[in-house]
Amino acid sequence: MALNIAYFAWVRERMGAAEEVVELPADVNDLTALLAWLAARDARGASAFAEPQRIRAAIDGVMMGPGAPLIGAREVALFPPVTGG
Amino acid sequence: MIRVAVQAAAIDVGAEFGRHDAGGHGASASFVGRVRGDGGLTELFLEHHPVMTEAGLSDLAHAAADRWQLAALTLIHRVGAMAPGDTIVLVLASSPHRSEALAACEFLIDRLKTDVMLWKRETFGDGRVAWVEARAGDAVRAERWG
Repeated sequence: MALNIAYFAWVRERMGAAEEVVELPADVNDLTALLAWLAARDARGASAFAEPQRIRAAIDGVMMGPGAPLIGAREVALFPPVTGG
Repeated sequence: MIRVAVQAAAIDVGAEFGRHDAGGHGASASFVGRVRGDGGLTELFLEHHPVMTEAGLSDLAHAAADRWQLAALTLIHRVGAMAPGDTIVLVLASSPHRSEALAACEFLIDRLKTDVMLWKRETFGDGRVAWVEARAGDAVRAERWG
């Protein structure tokens, strides 16, 4: 399954890219599995996603919790807790 | 009338109030958030999402309008590089009644700190650069509103 991933703030800096397109293995089917897969893929992923509890996510523009399924998703945004205001 | 904006340009507080208050309202509450120069801060950078940041502000504005009797609402957040003293965020809420205007204004500033896709990065005079960490107290304040 091809998936667009967008990164923000220090997640973007650690990944060295604002976005990428990935081809996911079939067993990477929810957000928890996606973070684990990215963390295991390379050193950049390990530095960005070593502490998945610090990561927030949105699927196709909607904020989602860690167990959210990726079935049918086109874009996932991964980012730290927000700090606006 | 609801006005929501995410902009890189400076926020003109006087002009925004004039536009917001064009018809005159019984009660208007405002919140102006500015960049503090604490600890030798020289630049505050606000990163945002090209679509979701404005959508998040719009969702909050409509939630406030559903909850309180509001005559006008203005919610503007600046993004990009800012200097100490610059206005980061402006909230204007007007109603026939002061309690509704004040409550809506407080709700909006509390919830936009936890619900809207914005991230602050600080640069200091000695060269240090650091992303701001979310504060537990902000989540507690936001959750008061249910």
